[in-house]
Amino acid sequence: MTAIELDRLTLRRGERTVLAGVDATIDEGEFIGVFGPNGSGKTSLLQALLGLLRPAAGAIRLFGRPPMHGSPICGYLPQRRSALADLRLRGWDIVASAVNGYRWGLPILGAEGRREVAWALATVEADELARRPIQQLSGGEVQRLLLAQALLGKPRLLLLDEPLISLDPHYQQSVVELVKRVQRTLGMTVLFTAHEINPLLGAMDRVLYLGHGRAMLGTVDEVMTSEVLSRLYDTPIDVLHVKGRIIVVAAHGEVEADAHRHDA
Amino acid sequence: MPIATMLDYDFMRTAFAAGFVVALVAGAVGYFLVLRNLTFAGHALSHVGFAGATGALLVGLAPFWGLLILTLAAGTAMGLLGERLRGRDVAIGVILSLSLGLGVLFLHLYTAYAAQATALLFGNVLGVSGDNLRDLALLAVASLVALAAISRPLLFATLEPELAEAKGLSLRLVSVLFLLIVAVAVAEAIQIVGILLVFALMVGPAAAALRLTTSVKAGVAVSVLLAATETSAGITLAYLTDAPPTFWITLLSSAIYLLALLVPQGGRAAAPREGERAGLLEP
Repeated sequence: MTAIELDRLTLRRGERTVLAGVDATIDEGEFIGVFGPNGSGKTSLLQALLGLLRPAAGAIRLFGRPPMHGSPICGYLPQRRSALADLRLRGWDIVASAVNGYRWGLPILGAEGRREVAWALATVEADELARRPIQQLSGGEVQRLLLAQALLGKPRLLLLDEPLISLDPHYQQSVVELVKRVQRTLGMTVLFTAHEINPLLGAMDRVLYLGHGRAMLGTVDEVMTSEVLSRLYDTPIDVLHVKGRIIVVAAHGEVEADAHRHDA
Repeated sequence: MPIATMLDYDFMRTAFAAGFVVALVAGAVGYFLVLRNLTFAGHALSHVGFAGATGALLVGLAPFWGLLILTLAAGTAMGLLGERLRGRDVAIGVILSLSLGLGVLFLHLYTAYAAQATALLFGNVLGVSGDNLRDLALLAVASLVALAAISRPLLFATLEPELAEAKGLSLRLVSVLFLLIVAVAVAEAIQIVGILLVFALMVGPAAAALRLTTSVKAGVAVSVLLAATETSAGITLAYLTDAPPTFWITLLSSAIYLLALLVPQGGRAAAPREGERAGLLEP
């Protein structure tokens, strides 16, 4: 079954066009890595899939229907924020805040809600972490808890916005492996945005590369070539393969890693 | 004065009741205020209230209602501005000082009691009348019911704003509703500790509770408990010593917060930060 269909999708942020007439079809159960420089539309695309940003033109279909704001089809892990890090609250309370979090009333979970939280935590093996104050957890451990939160309600589509940001390579690998395992076990479709392609190489089924309002969807071998990326960016780009890693170099320097590395 | 006869006085009984009612509201609302990093907004609301209270005196209304009307109006405005208010400390500060300035003008025009000004600025829990107490209690019930009704989305929007928005929650609606509740809580707290010291009831107990607990339920409970204890102990100490209750309440609030700072937080000693671990991995 088709999970995501982008049909000549155009997205605008104010005056700026971030995606212009993009076509793409993603099947159910695929693990898609989404790449591109800052401002290339990765977050905008996720927001459009969540129904937070309306297409300026063209259409999106999720499992055959247009995206609906607040739909339980999508699980979402927003880009990491620092606000949580200083709290002494237990991970459990943070994860549980999302159970029916949009409904009025007291934040008291019934037996069903508690089971749901326990299931999500067990799925990412975070039962133990959830008992500790979030303040005491490392960045990778917080991501693990937030991934559990994204799994609440067993969504069919998991949208992960830069879950690797500010994690060191060791933790990046463990987050990718965890997402891959969860995706396999639950048969979910995953869109995983990142700045660097290398940590995701073993996990992805296909790559969605964004740039200059356009998009290129294909396997790593199809997309990560000098010809395809040069065409996408309208500038000469070299793709080097070094010891099983991929390094993207533009005439003005490295496109992928250095140009947009975030401060940790 | 002997403590045995303390509750023989009508005004003392009313003071304890008022202190308890207000502590319930200030402790519970304050917990979310601190969690949302909105303490400065609470401070600003109370100053806006000063212009309302003195303006009400000028036109012959009870100061409490003028105060409440202006804090509610300012709370709505702040909630609507929402995110745009973040980092606007200067703008808030300017409005805050303008409100105090207007209050001074209104008091000048009113040409009366400096006592009124002192009571507004520093609180006067011993001067609460039976009618005041009834109004305080009714507003307390209303704001606690409202807080209970919005507490689930409020918590979600506070801890996970991006996710909450993606799940269809209106962050702005939650923000406006919460600041309306804060406005009522501030107006109530002013009756006890005054405009300048609202922090002592709204922020001190809640900030201590956040450092002492690891769950929301326990946090709200401890915050309310601390606020109630500090208020009634403050009133008792004032009775015994003749120093004003506001002084004792602020002293207890600060002391308990400082003690809470001393409680070890666990830190990240058991789990080194990524950077440190990465350092170990590199040869």
